[in-house]
Amino acid sequence: MTAPLYGGVILERFRHPRHFGELPGADAVHEDVNPLCGDRLRVELRFGADREVETVRFQGDACAIATASADLLAEMVEGHSVTAALGLERDALLRALEAPIRASRLPCVSLPLAVLRGALGAGAERIAAARGRDAAPAGPGPSGVAGERR
Amino acid sequence: MSLADRVRPDFPILSRTIDGHRLVYLDSAATAQKPRPVLDAVRLFYERSNANVHRSIHTLGEEATELYEGARDRVRAFLGARQREEIVFTKGTTEAINIVVHTWARRALVEGDEILLSEMEHHSNLVPWILLARERKLRLRHVPVTDEGTLDLQAFERLLTRRTRLVALAHVSNVLGTINPVAEIVERAQAAGARVLLDGAQAAPHLPVDVAALGADFYAFSGHKLGAPTGIGVLYGRREILEPLEPFFGGSEIIREVWLDRATWNDLPWRFEPGTPPIAGAIGLGAAIDYVEGLGREAVRRHDTELVEEALARLGEVEDLEVYGPRDPEIRAGVISFNFPGVHPHDLSAALDAEGVAVRAGHHCAQPLMRRLGVAGTARASFFVHTGADDIAALVAALHRARELLGAGRLRPSTH
Repeated sequence: MTAPLYGGVILERFRHPRHFGELPGADAVHEDVNPLCGDRLRVELRFGADREVETVRFQGDACAIATASADLLAEMVEGHSVTAALGLERDALLRALEAPIRASRLPCVSLPLAVLRGALGAGAERIAAARGRDAAPAGPGPSGVAGERR
Repeated sequence: MSLADRVRPDFPILSRTIDGHRLVYLDSAATAQKPRPVLDAVRLFYERSNANVHRSIHTLGEEATELYEGARDRVRAFLGARQREEIVFTKGTTEAINIVVHTWARRALVEGDEILLSEMEHHSNLVPWILLARERKLRLRHVPVTDEGTLDLQAFERLLTRRTRLVALAHVSNVLGTINPVAEIVERAQAAGARVLLDGAQAAPHLPVDVAALGADFYAFSGHKLGAPTGIGVLYGRREILEPLEPFFGGSEIIREVWLDRATWNDLPWRFEPGTPPIAGAIGLGAAIDYVEGLGREAVRRHDTELVEEALARLGEVEDLEVYGPRDPEIRAGVISFNFPGVHPHDLSAALDAEGVAVRAGHHCAQPLMRRLGVAGTARASFFVHTGADDIAALVAALHRARELLGAGRLRPSTH
């Protein structure tokens, strides 16, 4: 009997991602590649009235693990502050994937996180420039933020 | 009895199981498994003769030097080179190409000179030239790849001009398996006044190679793809080209005499082998060559062609599977890339691995070729002497199940 491949969360998110696509009028965009496999991922963000991460969309050529990771990440940071979103760590994402990820596939998890952080960084700068003050307001944190009490 | 059946007991690793499945190792193009005679040669060296080479005059030192230089003689014969001075041991193909860049090309090429490469090159035969071109203001040109996965030879003729100083090409594509018509290319290039470097990383394990007959100026290959340990490779260079060149890596071994402020250089080939070389690796390479030649290189080539024919036929029956590269087994070595549209090759590879089938997936260090094929990556099955029809059958069966599991053709996430 063959061990199940990937597990339910990854396959389900890969087949039916909820945050895949373009985001017209995005406030921040970031794109990067995984040099090991050539996967390319693009994340677009829109911020809300309170400068929270309102909407996240991603697209690109990516495997099931990277696609599921990007989709879960989007869900984990939407509604949270930029600071809180930037504090989200890979371990939290790994827990959310609910399946063991081999060392050789960890970059598939790290890529969406790095691209999201790139977009958040670009967004934070933009907010700071627009408002002329600190771009990291206090706000509710996403589940799994390191050090956060729930 | 097929060649595969005959040689399989020579490869201890093939008795491994993966999650209860027989190991079906189809990733020989990444690195080949090692036959027992290679493992024994390396172990025996360390157990009986381990010493540094070209230094110590005690018994072990003599034995080590004899074994190391004996391996060089085997490589010379294996490549059909005329002289042992033309065989430089390197870490692998990548280092061999870089040695050509830094010893010959940096000295010979000037601003405006052109280097002719191709769209199907491995990064190791692209990136060193990109670096040099930037430094020396050289122009890189690339022979396009046809839709059939062969070099566009008409374009080659057009791109080969009096400005072309070097043609550097893969003998066999590590993605498409295409055997390039290198004899014809060497002849045309040299007639136009260019030198030719052939990247033989994927050719050496599959084809008889005769550098003297080919007339190549440089030829590079890696031992580990031929069943030798990692960390050993070969640069062949024609003696009259190598003779006037200076070392690239400084260090011991490459010198004749050293003063505080100057040095004179050792003879070929040691001028390009600084420091303590990979002695055990070279001995292992000698053993790998003995092993392959013991099987017969024509027999190995026949076996490879039959496997390619079988694999192309069987893969062609898998619904939705897209197979890349030439259809004619005569111009193809045992390397076959494929994809299910809409399925990431890493996911496909993971699904195959769950059944004990090891293939490589990704861009195969050939990103420009991936762009030419219009894909992010491919899955790739590659063969060696132990590969048999049962391995192809296992691959095909696993592909059918992977197709069901991953839902080929309907899985691309929609954009709404």
